[in-house]
Amino acid sequence: MNPFDGSSRATGKSRGMKLIFEKHRDGRRGFSYGLSDVSGTKPLAGKYCRATEARLPCLSELDVVRHYTNLSRLNFSVDTNFYPLGSCTMKYNPKFTERIAAFEGFLQLHPLLPQLSGGGMLAQGSLEVLYESEKLLAEITGMSAFTLQPLAGAHGELTGVMLIAAYHKDQGLRRKYIIVPDSSHGTNPSSAAIAGYKVKVIPTGADGYMDLEQYKKQLNNEVAAVMLTCPNTLGIFNPKIKEITDLAHNVGALMYYDGANLNAIMGKCRPGDIGFDVVHLNLHKTFATPHGGGGPGAGPVGVSKKLVEFLPISRIIRRADATFALDYNHPKSIGYIAPFYGNFGVILKAYAYILALGKEGLIKVAEIAVLNANYCQARLKEYYDLPFDKTCMHECVFSASRQAKNGVHALDIAKYLIDQGYHPPTIYFPLIVKEALMIEPTETESKESLDDFIDTMIKIAELAKNNPSVVTQAPLNMPIKRLDEVRAARQPDLRWKP
Amino acid sequence: MNIPKNIFYTKDHEWARIEGKIAYVGITDYAVHSLGDITFVELPKIGKELKQSAYCATVESVKAASDVFAPLSGKVLTVNTQLVTNPELINQSAYEKGYFFSMEFSNEAEKANLMDAASYQKYVEGISK
Amino acid sequence: MNYIPHTPEDIKQMLSTIGVKSIDELFKDIPVTLRPKSFNLPASKSEFQVTQTLRKLAAKNATGLVNFVGAGFYDHFIPAAVDALTSRSEFYTAYTPYQPECSLGWLQAIYEYQSIICELTGLDVSNASLYDGGTALFEAMMMAVRHTGRNKIILDSGVNLIYRTMLYTYTSNLSIEFVEIPVVHGQSCREELFKFLDDKTAAVIFQNPNFFGAVDDHSDMVERVHKFGALAIASVYPVSLGMLKTPGEMGFDIATGEGQSLGIPLSFGGPYLGFMAARSQLVRQMPGRIVGATVDSDGKRGFVLTLQTREQHIRREKATSNICSNEALCALRAAVFMSLLGREGFKELAEHNYQKAEFAKEILSRINGVQVKRSSPTFNEFTVFLPRHADEVVHRMIDKGFACGFPLGRFYKGMDNYLLIAVTEKRTKEEIRRLADSLEAVL
Repeated sequence: MNPFDGSSRATGKSRGMKLIFEKHRDGRRGFSYGLSDVSGTKPLAGKYCRATEARLPCLSELDVVRHYTNLSRLNFSVDTNFYPLGSCTMKYNPKFTERIAAFEGFLQLHPLLPQLSGGGMLAQGSLEVLYESEKLLAEITGMSAFTLQPLAGAHGELTGVMLIAAYHKDQGLRRKYIIVPDSSHGTNPSSAAIAGYKVKVIPTGADGYMDLEQYKKQLNNEVAAVMLTCPNTLGIFNPKIKEITDLAHNVGALMYYDGANLNAIMGKCRPGDIGFDVVHLNLHKTFATPHGGGGPGAGPVGVSKKLVEFLPISRIIRRADATFALDYNHPKSIGYIAPFYGNFGVILKAYAYILALGKEGLIKVAEIAVLNANYCQARLKEYYDLPFDKTCMHECVFSASRQAKNGVHALDIAKYLIDQGYHPPTIYFPLIVKEALMIEPTETESKESLDDFIDTMIKIAELAKNNPSVVTQAPLNMPIKRLDEVRAARQPDLRWKP
Repeated sequence: MNIPKNIFYTKDHEWARIEGKIAYVGITDYAVHSLGDITFVELPKIGKELKQSAYCATVESVKAASDVFAPLSGKVLTVNTQLVTNPELINQSAYEKGYFFSMEFSNEAEKANLMDAASYQKYVEGISK
Repeated sequence: MNYIPHTPEDIKQMLSTIGVKSIDELFKDIPVTLRPKSFNLPASKSEFQVTQTLRKLAAKNATGLVNFVGAGFYDHFIPAAVDALTSRSEFYTAYTPYQPECSLGWLQAIYEYQSIICELTGLDVSNASLYDGGTALFEAMMMAVRHTGRNKIILDSGVNLIYRTMLYTYTSNLSIEFVEIPVVHGQSCREELFKFLDDKTAAVIFQNPNFFGAVDDHSDMVERVHKFGALAIASVYPVSLGMLKTPGEMGFDIATGEGQSLGIPLSFGGPYLGFMAARSQLVRQMPGRIVGATVDSDGKRGFVLTLQTREQHIRREKATSNICSNEALCALRAAVFMSLLGREGFKELAEHNYQKAEFAKEILSRINGVQVKRSSPTFNEFTVFLPRHADEVVHRMIDKGFACGFPLGRFYKGMDNYLLIAVTEKRTKEEIRRLADSLEAVL
């Protein structure tokens, strides 16, 4: 069985891969549970049983292995390609953390064990990992305490906004609004809305920073919080961040720090020291846990002193005898935001990563991430418009407006890069930059890999000038050409049907 | 840019064709071009009371979603159900087959808030600069 | 160790290209007054040192207990091929498939996952995954609130208390009115439901099997729910769907659940997998990524993320959900797991679970003073009444090498003597017999 239907991937002439359902053969088995050692039990009454069979594919184990192995080969990944996807921090994920996460003692542990009477000592190793991780993250960010429960960055945002709501409610104030800049990640306004707030959007000024005058106008005692990403999604650090924070605090609003871009500032400044009240981190970004094709991530939330009592339960405590325990005695807690203690497997990998890098290693991460981004910016700014021309942090944002005049749009550049073996930068985000190309190289990429990428980008800029159709036709070297997204949206085909 | 003469326009790029007490409503050629291929519309329910300039429908392309605002106040009479299965009608015929709904408008005076073709033409040229 | 490839010479050249003298200069926008007040972290360690440290911590966890604890999270066997395939780094070091031409493998795998979830639940459409069963249930509830424009939710108290608590937490700043209906003799109380059901109700939420392990056919209740224009939502245990009537067959509008039992290790609570399936008319209310099939310019089949106008990166504060990254790698584990099992394997898995639990019920009911609750049929988990406080029994059983079940008194008032026991395909006849013997000894 050839997954590419008789032609090689290199030529890109295949007819596409069959669905696993299309490889089904009645009677084929990929796995068997063998004979049950229990028999003769009375079957469940028919009225409770499904009448129609789940039409799962039936294949041999090799069929399944070959199918998914070949599917994997159709992906770009950090381990196979440079992946400068802005805002996503696609750094190298060290392999040793995978081995640690697979230790039997961690992998097989039922989350309810420490909640059983007499079960307190059954999960001491995992509880210690969680306790120590909270302490390390608190020191890295300058916050008073952390919860590791949030299961992704956006989930952390929602948790953070709920903490803010609980705080204001406790103060006897119902506040209505959350302020976000127009450069924010879409998750910020969305998280605010889902937690029951109205959103006020502040425009970005010509300097790339949130417009301070507009901000002052919108800020009043009905504002619950201000959500900021710093450095922002343009990759620049606002030197007036402290002023913004103080202004918010003056009207009783809290400051929320979107930690998506923490990679840029580790050891260089801490949200807690600036005066932020709530911080979420993306462990899969800053702390190198694999992104897994879209997750799982982990989105721990840190808070300043005045919000600690509202953190979700359970909390993890260290007792006088150096053992660890779950603590539910927090009457002002917002409650459960996840079933247990967070995405433990992800937290564990991040913990191992932090231990390996240590203080100096984490500082170096920020330094080299910023060096790499500025190097890309410096070498490319002659060829692409740079809407905010200043020292960037961990990522730089170009505009393909100049190329677009010749019909070569950010999307075309992305597709040409794919043909050349590069995962494209983030395109069309932030929304405030026309034809945006958001490049985040990360610290684990060498000068050689940056140079190769930059040379390709320069070549694209030249082609856009002299031979644009070469770019707009791309990709030509991949198993498929550009896909009809309009058709996908007009006539949704979301599942296999026989 | 197609801007027919006999109908009225809003700043949010809706149009209204008025026939007696009834207005037919849709989005303009300019709106259609900035959205690209339309993939989906959400229409108001028949009988719904609309307010001038308030939300009344949604129109979507692959990468954008846009609110549509009522050009006049009044009650929805009919909706163009063809758009549910064939949203491309809006791309093909923004002012005819691609209309969204018809309404019985309630306040003649509100017509003063709308633009005629010439003013809309100028308005669009202003934005395009 | 820091995984940074730069040589001192590289750094020198790069700084000169940028036109600065030092790396410090690149951080000039961060005012001196905002530099860290402290950054007191341990020194770097070698891979070997970190591995040893964590190996020791792993060894502090209990691994030898024979496990009969379920309560929504189950100890199932995972075929080796699941680990082998999902640990291919072309899967696990990729990200959200925004660019289809270089993410085709992921897109197709998610499309297959969505199809499998539809087959399991008997519903029309599925998304690409959510965080876990609890957040999936919250998202389903919000779909119903938006779809109906109503805000009253009727919640069966047989829904896992962990999930009910999550729903209350998430809605504490919203105006949602909850009514909980009791479980009587293990089953959802029809009378109470019909009393509270009205045309203000957005949704009714059930769990099957419910938290006590009881299996029900909700068809009659779902029909009534629909008469009032409300939606019916089921939280389901996917392994049970190898045997039980599906949410689709019972008429449910949305099904969600915890997908951990489909090839995902217990791993102390995560990462897990929230799955969601719904009727096709609700697809535009769904949260999260959805993959759709389409064609390329040569007419060849391919896959893309579609219906994205629902999502936060486009619709921002008006999005159906704030979810961005999901649990794709766990969804892939589920897809591989289900593909390996196939139709026969999936039925076999459900049968083994059912049979072993029935056997355990039989054996345990012979113990003096132990009552196995039999008012409702069960799947692989059931409730027993003990002659003494279940906490005490659980504690003593740990010393005998068993995690013997979940004491219901922790979640339900007046149920201190009740124990919830789960029996998966991994438990042998011999282990079940030993469980019974030890239980008899500690009572």
